[in-house]
Amino acid sequence: MFRAQSKAHQETIEVFVEGSAVRVPQGATAAAAVLIAGLFRIRETAVTGAPRLPYCMMGVCFDCLAEIDGVANRQSCMVPVTPGMRINVQHGARQTGAAG
Amino acid sequence: MTYDLAIIGAGPAGMAAAIAAQGQGLVTIVIDEQPAPGGQIFRGIEGAAAQDRTLGADYAAGATIARNFRASGVEARFGTTLWHLEPDDEDGLCTLSLADAEGTDTLQARRVILATGAQERPVPIPGWQLPGVMTAGAAQIMLKTTGAVPAEPKRTVLAGQGPLLWLLAVQMLRAGAAPALILETRPADRIRENMGLATNAIAAGGAGMLWKGAKLLAEARLAIPIHRATTGLRAEGDQRLRHVAWDGGRFACDLLLLHEGVIPATHVPMAIGLEHAWDAAQRCWRPMTDERGATSHDRIAIAGDGGGIGGWEAAVASGRIVGLDQARRLGRIDEAGFGMAAAPAIAARRRALALRPFLDAVYAPGAAVLCPPDDATIACRCEEVTAGQVRAAARLGATGPNQVKAYLRCGMGACQGRLCGPTVAALIEETRGLPPGTAGLTRPRAPYKPITVGALAGLAE
Ligand code: FES
Repeated sequence: MFRAQSKAHQETIEVFVEGSAVRVPQGATAAAAVLIAGLFRIRETAVTGAPRLPYCMMGVCFDCLAEIDGVANRQSCMVPVTPGMRINVQHGARQTGAAG
Repeated sequence: MTYDLAIIGAGPAGMAAAIAAQGQGLVTIVIDEQPAPGGQIFRGIEGAAAQDRTLGADYAAGATIARNFRASGVEARFGTTLWHLEPDDEDGLCTLSLADAEGTDTLQARRVILATGAQERPVPIPGWQLPGVMTAGAAQIMLKTTGAVPAEPKRTVLAGQGPLLWLLAVQMLRAGAAPALILETRPADRIRENMGLATNAIAAGGAGMLWKGAKLLAEARLAIPIHRATTGLRAEGDQRLRHVAWDGGRFACDLLLLHEGVIPATHVPMAIGLEHAWDAAQRCWRPMTDERGATSHDRIAIAGDGGGIGGWEAAVASGRIVGLDQARRLGRIDEAGFGMAAAPAIAARRRALALRPFLDAVYAPGAAVLCPPDDATIACRCEEVTAGQVRAAARLGATGPNQVKAYLRCGMGACQGRLCGPTVAALIEETRGLPPGTAGLTRPRAPYKPITVGALAGLAE
């Protein structure tokens, strides 16, 4: 959905989105990696299982909840990427308040 | 450790407040969820984006502010979330509960400044929950932190109104990824109707800002097709966005960027029970503050857009004023000292706000943005509650968002009402025939953000 402009001075990092390797600029968040990978879902809703992608990218909407390095319910637009990070779609489990 | 002052948020207001307070000898700490200073407006300002000319001069100005902030040596904790704030602990101080990658801990401060800024106003059009519908601010954050642009500009549409919409359009254009279409929702006569306010703005020193905005608009209009006075906006598609439609038109797209202005982020101020008021000019809730940022709680102040939208220049000035006032309240300076130190910032804030009444009037969100007319439209994205369900709950007797929450779970999802709060309140007011701003907002509870069970367990040890 998004593409990183190629800039000589920008370092990139390799992460894994649903198992596929994606290179994203340093400073990107896990949610940005999903948008660059071109996925059309980052989570499925708890109520109807509808697909969602990030909406606000600034920590407000929580539509970017994803599983990151095995931990569910991470607000992925607030999580900077680290080398080798594994970002996976979160499948609909209802969780409010505390997370795993 | 006990601080004189804890500041939540390292955007323009938080940074300015910290520099001012530290300059008066207050032992100050700044907390921010992001990995670096800048806030949303200057996201990624210490990264590669600072060199990116396409983002414009205003963004570049943020680099200087961030540098001064770093040079001041104020203690700062980044990547740190405030998940509870107790403004009246047993020591007569504020206790802040924090979580970061290491776990959770607490600190105490004699005073707190909330500089938590603004968020995008929700734009609940039919289909806004579809993958591919995002806020204009989200696309701008992609530019700033990731240097990323829409992969298919020919299938990208901007819809809504306001200065940020035009700024984003021009930033995308300069980055070689101009959107295929802009659907402007501003009614045709708004500028003409408000010429009086424009004249006032110029008299108050707002000519420069007006000129800057006009240049931006002209640049966008030359290069991007614009549909004016758009109504009936909706996003269509099954599992993802396929089309944007409006009264009289339809366009194939896979990215729709919405913007109807920004509103104060009231989550923490509401959670700690500060008094709020409906701002009729800006059509939003904001915490009640005086001109020095003092709130209804004696130890808590608010600086920047979190107290009412004014933009980054006003936020910097406000941060300085509020920071200095904390020094006065803690006895480091007297009233005369405050007056002298704060005078330039007070004048700067007045200038920075000169254009605001004109902008508020011209870009006032339409009724359909505040209160979605179609019952099938999702009001609460987290719990997938529709406008129709909220109206039904209001008819059954729910008088405010807290009762609707009990009926429908909206406001109980992960966002805790951050996004749906204003829409739910407006739907209740409409159904019950109440004036705007009377139904109130949901009172959020701690933890303000989900924190892991492991982190909580660490705290109990
Ligand atoms: S995209 Fe809205 S909270 Fe992450």
